[in-house]
Amino acid sequence: MIAFLVKRIGNAILVMLTVAFFAFLIFRFLGDPVEMMVNESATQVERDELRTRLGLNDGFLAQYVRFVTNAAQGEFGLSWRNQQNVITLIADRFPATFELVIIATILSLAIGIPLGVFTAIGRGRWWAEGLQFSSIVGVSLPSFFVGIILILAFSVSLGWLPGYGRGEVVQLGWWSTGLLTPSGRAAVVLPALSLSLFQITLVMRLVRAEMLEILRADFIKFARARGVKRQALWFRHALKNCLMPVVTLTAMQVGNLIAFALVTETVFQWPGMGMLFMQAVTFVDIPVMAAYLCIVSFIFVTLNTFVDIAYAVIDPRLRAA
Amino acid sequence: MTIVDQTTKNIVRSAPSRLARLRDSDLWWSFTRHPSAVAAATLLLLLIGSAFFAPFITVQNPYDLASLDLLNAEIPPIWMEGGQWPFLLGTDTQGRDLLSAILYGSRASIVIGAASVAVSLIVGSSLGLVAGYYGKWADGLLMRAGDVLLSMPTMLIAILVSALARQALPPSLREVGASGVIVLAISLSAWVQYARTVRALTMVERNKEYVQAARLIRVPTWRILVKHILPNTTTPLLVTATLNFGLGILIEATLSFLGVGMPPEQPSLGTLIRIGNQYLFSGQWWIVLFPGLQLCLLVVSINVLGDWLRDALNPKLR
Repeated sequence: MIAFLVKRIGNAILVMLTVAFFAFLIFRFLGDPVEMMVNESATQVERDELRTRLGLNDGFLAQYVRFVTNAAQGEFGLSWRNQQNVITLIADRFPATFELVIIATILSLAIGIPLGVFTAIGRGRWWAEGLQFSSIVGVSLPSFFVGIILILAFSVSLGWLPGYGRGEVVQLGWWSTGLLTPSGRAAVVLPALSLSLFQITLVMRLVRAEMLEILRADFIKFARARGVKRQALWFRHALKNCLMPVVTLTAMQVGNLIAFALVTETVFQWPGMGMLFMQAVTFVDIPVMAAYLCIVSFIFVTLNTFVDIAYAVIDPRLRAA
Repeated sequence: MTIVDQTTKNIVRSAPSRLARLRDSDLWWSFTRHPSAVAAATLLLLLIGSAFFAPFITVQNPYDLASLDLLNAEIPPIWMEGGQWPFLLGTDTQGRDLLSAILYGSRASIVIGAASVAVSLIVGSSLGLVAGYYGKWADGLLMRAGDVLLSMPTMLIAILVSALARQALPPSLREVGASGVIVLAISLSAWVQYARTVRALTMVERNKEYVQAARLIRVPTWRILVKHILPNTTTPLLVTATLNFGLGILIEATLSFLGVGMPPEQPSLGTLIRIGNQYLFSGQWWIVLFPGLQLCLLVVSINVLGDWLRDALNPKLR
């Protein structure tokens, strides 16, 4: 078990160092940090002084090591665009993305699991097969187009829900939440729905496949022979046994949702990390881009490693791998 | 004697043509039995055909500035009040016929999707063959690289690569190279899937007798890899390639929608949707709706085909 832990965590660190290396390459070689930081009238001497002060004349490896040490402490330097501390910029935007992703995850479970159960128990009926077929359509719909359709339907035509922004937010310490105000709650519905659609179809197809397998198991036949009611059989006996893969999928997909939130946030003008990143891309704000890359992959790698370790704790057969 | 002759003749005559072999195969049988697959294939053929013959069937070249007239801007679809012939689906804010722009855009999407599949398929399967056949450090290096790439979402890598490449390229190359950059951005993480599949199958195949026999008679290694092992790995690759074709189209559209894909002067469904998105609240819904629907039709028909193919090629489900 110890060997497995060391290997998994070592692997995670290796991946992070590689990502940091690419972030460093971007940071160091795409555009000149000195040119971006001094004003037009700075003399050559001032520029050289700044170059030395920033350590840009040091060896390549030394600069990489310093970049990683700083990044590990959350120090990504100043934004080229507005001279603010990059990590404060990201910390400002993080709650918006986090709330969006969490609500999308809850929606995907709340809608995906019942749909999966229904398509499994109704297998062969027209409505279950129709739902199963529509899940292929759900996987194929481009997430930004789903968002636009939702805006067109519920915001432009019907006028029920806001189509952009985050509504009113309440500050709780450094965390800003939109969930405590009515306008904030209304604003989160459409983006969360559009972000979760893909996830809903994933959860639904997974639950369906697992349910079909479990409904064939002996303990289900035995329970039916005992006279357990059908509803209890489906939702208590069978469903409980297929939730483990769903939990795994959900945990692994949080990283994907954060990445996809980038698209959703652009469509809905949602002031999260993804929109910050897209703005950074437009203005070639390299420090923000490098920091976003590092932070998102950190979340992604941490989640994957946790899932792997949790699995190994539960299932000893996996420890050998 | 005559009977034997007859039989031999029959055998010789009945050596079937490729088409006959296809019509006789399990795959074709399964295809005819699945109406959704037939419908998807028909739709896809129509979409691809109309996209490639776009210059002959459209009323204008929407990306030739000389053929545009600002007086024609923002005309609604023909069945609505104010609709005008020949603008069946209306025009955008620059007076482009939307149907023409959609067909030209689909052509770009299809070409980029296919090119990204070709690049990642060739790179992925060659690396997978080498890693699976030789093992050792080549294998370790390849699998680690794959792990790192798969530790990031494909879409994020594509966005990053595409955004950064635009900064790194000299301005004169940015427009010409845009589609190439997008193909690379998609292929950069897509090859891993092919490499892993081919590697796993190669590791099984390399110990089989026919490979040992080929080695004994000194068939060159590259020939063993390409002519003997590779054909045995194609079936699972076919499914991956089909689904990745759809994914490639989707990623290209997303990149262009975000403004890091195709430049605005070049046809692309994603760019059309991006432009239309700015007019969402001012009533010109058709600029965003029709390109989006076309994109959905393309990707849905490809994915339905891929889904059918996966089931049809899965021996367990037969």
